[in-house]
Amino acid sequence: MRAHREAIAVAVVVAALIVAPLGQGNYIAYLLCSWLMLAIAAMGLNLTLGYAGRISLAQASFIGIGAYATSIVTLAHYPWVLGMAVGVVLCFLVGLLLGFPALRVRGHYLAFVTLAFNSLFFLVARNEDWLTGGTYGLSGMPRPRIGPVSTSGQLAFYYFTLAVALLAALVLRLIVRSPWGRAFKALRENEVRAESLGLDVRRLTLLAFAIGSAYGGLAGAIEAPLVQYIDPGSFDVVQSLSLLLMVVVGGLGEFWGPVLGSAVAVLLPEALRVTAAYYLMLYAIAVILLMTRCPGGLIGLARRIAARPARRRGAAVS
Amino acid sequence: MAQFLQVLLSGLATGSIYALAAVGFSLVWQAAQAVNFAQGEFVMLPAFLVLIGEHWLHWPLWAALLFGFALSILLLGLAFKRLIVQPFGPDGGLPLVIATMALSILLKEAVKTFYGAEAEPFPSLIPNGDFHIGGAVISVRDVLNLAAALAVVMLLTLFLDRTKTGRQMQAAAQNPGVAEILGIDVARMTLYAFLLNAALAAVASFLITPVYLAKFSNGESLGLVAFIAAIIGGFNRIRGALVGGLLIGVLDNLTATYVTLSYRAALPLVLLIAVILWRPQGLLGDAEARIV
Amino acid sequence: MTGFMPMRRAAVVAIAGAIVAWHAPAQAQNNKTVLIPCVCELSGAGAVSGTNYRDGAHIAVNEINAAGGILGHKIVMRDYDTQTNPMVSRALVQKVVDAGAYVVMGTVYSGSTDVNMLVTEHAGVPQITGSEAPDITQKGDPYIFRTSSGSEKDIPALVDYFTQTLKVKKVAVEWVQNDFGKGGHDLFVQAIRKAGVQVVADVPSEQGQVDFSPDVAKIKHSGAQAVFVYVNEEEAARFLKEAKKQALTVPLVGDVTLTDQKVIELAGPAAEGAIAHVGLTVSAPVPSIQAFVAKFRKIYHHNTDHNGIKGYIGVYAIKYVTEMVGKFDRKAFAAKMHGLTLDANKYPGMLLTTSWDKTGELSRESFMTQVKGGKAVVIATIPAN
Repeated sequence: MRAHREAIAVAVVVAALIVAPLGQGNYIAYLLCSWLMLAIAAMGLNLTLGYAGRISLAQASFIGIGAYATSIVTLAHYPWVLGMAVGVVLCFLVGLLLGFPALRVRGHYLAFVTLAFNSLFFLVARNEDWLTGGTYGLSGMPRPRIGPVSTSGQLAFYYFTLAVALLAALVLRLIVRSPWGRAFKALRENEVRAESLGLDVRRLTLLAFAIGSAYGGLAGAIEAPLVQYIDPGSFDVVQSLSLLLMVVVGGLGEFWGPVLGSAVAVLLPEALRVTAAYYLMLYAIAVILLMTRCPGGLIGLARRIAARPARRRGAAVS
Repeated sequence: MAQFLQVLLSGLATGSIYALAAVGFSLVWQAAQAVNFAQGEFVMLPAFLVLIGEHWLHWPLWAALLFGFALSILLLGLAFKRLIVQPFGPDGGLPLVIATMALSILLKEAVKTFYGAEAEPFPSLIPNGDFHIGGAVISVRDVLNLAAALAVVMLLTLFLDRTKTGRQMQAAAQNPGVAEILGIDVARMTLYAFLLNAALAAVASFLITPVYLAKFSNGESLGLVAFIAAIIGGFNRIRGALVGGLLIGVLDNLTATYVTLSYRAALPLVLLIAVILWRPQGLLGDAEARIV
Repeated sequence: MTGFMPMRRAAVVAIAGAIVAWHAPAQAQNNKTVLIPCVCELSGAGAVSGTNYRDGAHIAVNEINAAGGILGHKIVMRDYDTQTNPMVSRALVQKVVDAGAYVVMGTVYSGSTDVNMLVTEHAGVPQITGSEAPDITQKGDPYIFRTSSGSEKDIPALVDYFTQTLKVKKVAVEWVQNDFGKGGHDLFVQAIRKAGVQVVADVPSEQGQVDFSPDVAKIKHSGAQAVFVYVNEEEAARFLKEAKKQALTVPLVGDVTLTDQKVIELAGPAAEGAIAHVGLTVSAPVPSIQAFVAKFRKIYHHNTDHNGIKGYIGVYAIKYVTEMVGKFDRKAFAAKMHGLTLDANKYPGMLLTTSWDKTGELSRESFMTQVKGGKAVVIATIPAN
């Protein structure tokens, strides 16, 4: 019954996403693409942080690795799929590497190691002109062709992005529901207990980092043809912090949390355009209030509201 | 030689500012287990409070400074603790980190919107003047900044080790449960740490802004360097933050002068990663002890 | 268990709500108005430049509307903040193009213009940019037009100044590692070497850098006889302060920013003697520019930099060119503007006589300025090239 309802809910959302840009301008399609792109990256971060409990402030650098790999490959006239694959595999490997510090240090220390990594990535991207185009960045990346269909139009590219995002979400769903996913959660809840249950904490930590980073790479593979321009500034620490904000605001460790969190981050400025200069301040205040009142994020908040009548009844009885 | 001396002296002067920001950061970390991602903005804001006193309220400089200092302690000390850190309880964890990130956005945006996006000059409290040492030039300001950082660290260490309140603060930070049983007012001790941090941030702000100029985004790089200095030096030693700050100031300048300019920003980051991986307690820290 | 479904439903509702929220109907377009949006850096690193550009543009819009608009159409100018972020700027330009913009004003930062000009080119909408990076007009985009000459036009004047006026053989270069600094640095180093001058210190700095002591120490000990300073405003002020402290006495020569009003305000006495080549300066000894600067201060209660002038003349150029074409035709507009010269006597809104070549590159006379007594004064005038 529950699975049945969930399937209906997902179908409704997908249908809404398919009709969303119809009859709207290119801008709406573009905005939706940026949202889906960020949602993919945030889903990856949610796996690392929300499910496995290992913080990473380097997700933007993985978007960067994916985007640069895709750009370099497609600018050399190889197909997008190859660029995407190179980017994702590269991110998986680098993520594996970045997972090693996570074996030694936790929490705040890990946050700073990953933050430092992101800053170093920025410097390399800016200084190594021969590879990355330096401060000028790379531009003019072609949009992928699927067989005879070109996705160079904004609407076509949107449906392409939507397909990639849905596929990514599906794969993540399978991972989370698999024994791995349960093991990740055990890792987050109680590492000693996880170890005593015979789980290989070391391998799981590394995997959580690697898979989460690979999702960053996939997002980058979308960003390159979407914006058709990348420069080091698009992947700096500030972007990593804002991705972290998206994941936590949406709801840490909730499957739909990052999707919701990134929607808020991308669409809120648009919805709050009337407030002009104040929107970032309002956003910041809202985040502080949300965190102090409901650390579970928006999904946690929705859950709490949904549960309220039951609690009231309970309170009345006691 | 003159060049070496110059970058060394300048590095010490810059490092002393990093140290002031880092000391307060360590205090708050130890007292409340809170990593304050808005620490850089805490150093940015007091200068603007002074500018508000001076240009909006048309007060004389001394009154504006007093106003800025008092308001900083109120906002960045008391209000920060009560409104943002306290609701999270003893271990805020990630949500608290996120809240301080949002606070950093809020402070930046508020200054930008209500005061202005442009850099502003800031009145100097220290007479202009330079010392010439072996071909190198160091300003009176640099010397005073360094002296201020040393004095703050010495006084704080004395305060924490020699006074009753200081020892109670240490006890409260090391083991709040036991401290409570011993009759120590843990909440009050934690509050002291926050007030001290705000005061240090204000002092750092008044010292550097004449050179760095007042700008809403100044905290971005300063906050990061403060974390790095605090971690490299060792969180559980006040003098660790001093050593960390000075070390970064000097190494930064030496790298820029003799090694690489385009990667000048990389050295502190590499140092940070190395220290965290091989000596997470920091260069001066003890593995277990907490000073505050 | 019971919490599960409502949670999912809440998420769905929230997403759907968010989608609906910005499906607000596009602004209905009255046929007696013309949309000229201003897409600018109102926050982030480029906020100072972008805000002045925007403010200057609005002065022109108000004047033109008060005088009856363009061909009887009132200009509607809305502001869009790119946050100095290329990706956001591209989205916003896409948005204003979708909304039916006649011409787009902005952006100022070259990194953003590089990206969003693809959108206007694709849609065939003329774009009046404040960017000065060389590559902007070298891409063959028929819809991009500058409001001040690209840095490649400034470099020959600067090289002449080093070799003929200062007569130096060794120079140092201090530059900022962003697209603005790198563009100027690469062109300058190439040209000055060609002129037989040795670059004895090549010093890149970080954007937002606060400590310039190693930079100055390095330059001081390099034996340079003059320094080319190519950094943004605040960094220029910090550099000048450090140079004064370390008693770096050789001439400090920059492009545009070094004698900027804001830099003089920030650096105080340390700015004395600094020299810069400026394509368009608020201190130009031209009555029309001085009148504009006074007008700007009266309206906004602060001084503008050259970006305010760029915004102002950009809007006037749109008016003059459109009136020459005689109708609102974007393609004809772009065609008319290529190779056009607007004489300031006949077209007073241009402030100075201005020409565009077939790439959208601009030329007008320029000035060498020096800070004397806390003000930038013109020490030489360089004819249009």
